[in-house]
Amino acid sequence: MNTNSVSVRDLSLSFGAVTVLETLNLDVKDGEFLVLLGSSGCGKSTLLNCIAGLLDVSDGQIFIKDKNVTWEEPKDRGIGMVFQSYALYPQMTVEGNLSFGLKVAKLSQAEIDKRVARAAEILQIQPLLKRKPSELSGGQRQRVAIGRALVRDVDVFLFDEPLSNLDAKLRSELRVEIKRLHQSLKNTMIYVTHDQIEALTLADRIAVMKSGVIQQLADPMTIYNFPENLFVAGFIGSPSMNFFRGEIKDRGGRKVVEINGVDFAMDAYPARGPLEAGRKVVLGVRPEHVKVDEPGAEIHDAVVDIEEPMGADNLLWLKLAGQTISVRIAGARRYAPGTAVKLSFDMSMASVFDAATENRI
Amino acid sequence: MAEVVTLNNSSAKASTATKPVAGPRGKKPRPMLSPRNIMIYGALLFAAAYYLLPLYVMVVTSLKGMPEIRLGNIFSPPVEITFEPWVKAWATACTGLNCDGLSRGFWNSVRITIPSTVISIAIASVNGYALANWRFKGADLFFTILIVGAFIPYQVMIYPIVIVLREMGLYGSLTGLIIVHTIFGMPILTLLFRNYFTSLPEELFKAARVDGAGFWTIYFKIMLPMSLPIFVVAMILQVTGIWNDFLFGVVFTRPEYYPMTVQLNNIVNSVQGVKEYNVNMAATILTGAVPLIVYFVSGRLFVRGIAAGAVKG
Repeated sequence: MNTNSVSVRDLSLSFGAVTVLETLNLDVKDGEFLVLLGSSGCGKSTLLNCIAGLLDVSDGQIFIKDKNVTWEEPKDRGIGMVFQSYALYPQMTVEGNLSFGLKVAKLSQAEIDKRVARAAEILQIQPLLKRKPSELSGGQRQRVAIGRALVRDVDVFLFDEPLSNLDAKLRSELRVEIKRLHQSLKNTMIYVTHDQIEALTLADRIAVMKSGVIQQLADPMTIYNFPENLFVAGFIGSPSMNFFRGEIKDRGGRKVVEINGVDFAMDAYPARGPLEAGRKVVLGVRPEHVKVDEPGAEIHDAVVDIEEPMGADNLLWLKLAGQTISVRIAGARRYAPGTAVKLSFDMSMASVFDAATENRI
Repeated sequence: MAEVVTLNNSSAKASTATKPVAGPRGKKPRPMLSPRNIMIYGALLFAAAYYLLPLYVMVVTSLKGMPEIRLGNIFSPPVEITFEPWVKAWATACTGLNCDGLSRGFWNSVRITIPSTVISIAIASVNGYALANWRFKGADLFFTILIVGAFIPYQVMIYPIVIVLREMGLYGSLTGLIIVHTIFGMPILTLLFRNYFTSLPEELFKAARVDGAGFWTIYFKIMLPMSLPIFVVAMILQVTGIWNDFLFGVVFTRPEYYPMTVQLNNIVNSVQGVKEYNVNMAATILTGAVPLIVYFVSGRLFVRGIAAGAVKG
């Protein structure tokens, strides 16, 4: 039995000579929260617009609930969509905005009232129903926009960067609300964002995109801890992963990565295959996987360059093997610049990429 | 509780302590007769006087009798105010065989301007909407052809249009002239509406499509209510343009359908008899009154509509 809610098959899209998406495949499971993550211009919004039916595809097929909707109008696809700019109809009240689509679909007034009341209750916007969008704050507007998708009673919700226009505090509030909404409604949701925090916190699975190609599709923890290639590793995480260019060497049977003459033992690294000596690689270590002045298998000397206390965490910038690396330690541990420290890497959580292919090895 | 009280006290003390006692405070006074103001208002008054002077001469002349005009003091106010020239210009001035003044031309102009304005705006707004939001095949080519049309001199097209109207049996009729005005308004109006609709957020259009609205529902329910300023701009452009038109009116109609501008010309340019300057002036003001009134009534919206493209919604 097929439990895919949305399936994209060999989707291609080009505007004239510019190819935005090329033979892209994607399956979204029923009830799944999938996040399309990437920097601007990577094709994530384009993909969402294709799924919504707002863009005509050049080639390929789109299935929603096992129905081929490639040529269907947006309204016939069983989708609701929330936009970055809210896109509320300015001349209508909140109630008018919520009921517009239902009136176009010629539903009975009783049914319209029922659905609007339910959406207003879920989103707690009952007091706003008689107001115009211009009289609402950004957070309230986006809530109404979500409500407009909600009243359509659809299987699939599409979010196009819904929180990008909000300030930081509202963003985190509404993020929680969207997650709660998903937990109670259990609809399929596809969510486009360039914000990795949103992606990591909301998603069941994340699809990291670059130049119209999905780089990795996995659950957030896998994406974070086991990035498939150098791009994903560098894109996710703030501050970003520390990268060291080096070469694999054989030291009497033990495999090490040599970086500027310093050896880093690879015993604990969960390699996918044999690490051949002489292979040029990039070693990646996240800031929180570097231990400072703690007992470890292998100790390196480093000097504190800059300290950035951030409250819960303390971020140190250190000089090691001729490179600057960032290290995240507990906020209570303070180091003055110039302090000599002893570092060790948690190699079981490190990532090693082939320098040429940039893929994980 | 006690703590709160002390806090209040200390803050009250702080505010009295920091209150400035002497020295400048609040808005800086600006003298009316500063060199800057004299320059600005002087220049503005001069420019206003320069443009208003001809109008002043027209008004005072139209209120004088012919003997007073013959004295030659065109700037002096009328000694004896008479509305006779206005009545004559409106009701009894002769053009050719007709001696019923400008009133005939006025009503002709109304019958030409209103349908031409309404039809051209209705069509052009739908054109602009389709070009801006529904990227149909060949949209760019269509738009380019339309814009090129705006740059071809009217005079080039007059003779071909005369032939076309003759073949359609509309030459010399009001309908023919209305069609001509509608077509000639199309390029600039379509451009105007296309640019305005393009400036509206595209996501609104997308949201309406997801909501299931079609071409006409989106046009009437979403786009129209947001577009009042641009409709006023288009209305002003068309009313003034068509009302002031002389060339098409004289070429494409028969004398009984001549618009006000053509009649005005025939009154003012009559070569026989005495030049009745007071009647001419009154007739000219009457003819120019309609675009002026339209502008004064909706000028504020006009400016808003022109600026709308530059301001983010």
